[in-house]
Amino acid sequence: MTTPYQQQAPYQPQGGPAAAYSSPIPVRDAHLGDALASEWTKIRSVRSTMWTLGVMIVLMVGLGVLSAVVVSAADADLEGQSVLSLGFFGVLLGSICVITLGVLTIASEYGTGMIRTTLTACPSRARVLTAKAVVFFLLVFTLTTVITAIVGGLQTLIVDQGSSTGEDWFRATVGIALYVATLGLLSLAVGTLIRHSAGAITVMIGVVLLPLVLAMFMFSESLRDLQQALFEYSIPNQIGVLYDTAVTESGPAGWDPLWIMLGVTAVALAGAYASLNTRDV
Amino acid sequence: MIELEGLTKRFGSTTAVDDLSFQVRPGVVTGFLGPNGAGKSTTMRMMLDLDNPTSGTVRIDGKHYRELEEPLKYIGALLDAKAMHGGRSAYNNLLCLAQSNRIPASRVAEALDVVGLTAVARKKTKSFSLGMGQRLGIASALLGDPEILMFDEPVNGLDPEGIHWIRNLMKTLACQGRTIFVSSHLMSEMALTAEHLIVIGQGRLLADTSMADFIHENSRSYVRLRSPQQERLRDVLHESGFTAVESGNGTLEIDGATTEAIGELAASHQLVLHELSAQRASLEEAFMQMTAGAVEYHAHSTGEAAPPPATPPGPQWGQSYQSSKGA
Repeated sequence: MTTPYQQQAPYQPQGGPAAAYSSPIPVRDAHLGDALASEWTKIRSVRSTMWTLGVMIVLMVGLGVLSAVVVSAADADLEGQSVLSLGFFGVLLGSICVITLGVLTIASEYGTGMIRTTLTACPSRARVLTAKAVVFFLLVFTLTTVITAIVGGLQTLIVDQGSSTGEDWFRATVGIALYVATLGLLSLAVGTLIRHSAGAITVMIGVVLLPLVLAMFMFSESLRDLQQALFEYSIPNQIGVLYDTAVTESGPAGWDPLWIMLGVTAVALAGAYASLNTRDV
Repeated sequence: MIELEGLTKRFGSTTAVDDLSFQVRPGVVTGFLGPNGAGKSTTMRMMLDLDNPTSGTVRIDGKHYRELEEPLKYIGALLDAKAMHGGRSAYNNLLCLAQSNRIPASRVAEALDVVGLTAVARKKTKSFSLGMGQRLGIASALLGDPEILMFDEPVNGLDPEGIHWIRNLMKTLACQGRTIFVSSHLMSEMALTAEHLIVIGQGRLLADTSMADFIHENSRSYVRLRSPQQERLRDVLHESGFTAVESGNGTLEIDGATTEAIGELAASHQLVLHELSAQRASLEEAFMQMTAGAVEYHAHSTGEAAPPPATPPGPQWGQSYQSSKGA
């Protein structure tokens, strides 16, 4: 009477008794599409997705518009740089949210034990990881492209100086979105390898921030080259390169940051596939 | 049909599962019994290809688990009631499983209905009690309407009504010709549901026998009686060649006797009996004796799990149920 659920009569399927039972639901070859549908249900049905992506949107839009307002109010000179580069801070902080979501996409399954259920339902580790990666990547890529485009439009409206070329626009929207989504994929791979949400998020935030922080404190002359390399290849600077606002003159340029990130992520994902295939769950 | 062949799993220097070979046959409930830490869960995880065996193989209808397409339609498993994402609703937890095996979404509602969770289908599962978590796990096992069902300690956390329900459910499922493999550390629970029994201890196979044979070989049957005229009763019994053992609380136990014989004997001597009952037991004790050697070497279980072999069997867990079942 007080229980929130009711007892049901013992299970009686329509098929009726048979000598050896076989499921009435037809079996056919499962493929990636099913796993994609499953992963889409998973990612949209947890609150952490809404939180991380919500905060990401707030940061990207808020900081992007705020930078534009400040520049406009102060009548600052952008020195020939594209207005779109004002989106930098929003994207940098927003990428932390993407990292969190990327890690949680797989590590939360280890945290809750859901991974055992998942792999029982779909024993192909490669299919599970591919489906997670595809769903996560497309979600983040699409969202970031849309947000950066909206923010770029607002910035162009607020600050009326300089003009952005088509190339500027492409890199500041699709380029940034590809970069951020790939960074998220790297987080997903690290989450698969470490299997622990907090640990993997810490590692990824370290990857993003530590090179820059270390470089700041390298005063010794003998470390000059290393310091330079850390600056140039730190993730904040590489995002800057995509916006054409890098703090350094040498180092990666143009689309280089994206190729570097893709390479690193490919290696990490290969490790994640190997780990998922061989380790016990 | 599940076949295990020489299944072995080592974690470092400890051997969790040691050269285990047995078959789980369709159409019956097979009980998988062993004390805590005997390797039951590790074995079940290897059957589902979650853990890689150090050596040996598991075949499900002749195939490796990874070769199964849409495995939820072959085999449903409840391993761990909490193996769900707590932030997701019960419905969505099952829906994502259904989708990965192209099970129609209508089956999700059906499975939730079977376990009686329809009312809380949209609630986040972290608010679920252990019993509700078990029901959700059972729903996920039933989702694909599979031929084989594996339950790891399914009665854990269920209320008596729930325990009764799961027993009936397992019997019904077995009657439909399905293969049911259920683990437990409670012999009494197994005695009520399983027809076939596989006992392991320390990862090794200790018994692979039908439940009837196990009961026949391992349980002692005796007659229990109480009487206000115990002294005279004992004399009478002694004269008639029965050996009565006092088991506390003024109760006498007589091995190898029938209630009819004792009752008639008491009547013919005009003795008042307050209790006269046939006792069948104690499977729990037989189980503990069988696994005693295996348990003793477990560092963490020396104290509480050590069996009390010397004490005469008092009323045991599940015993009353068994005698009522016999009646």
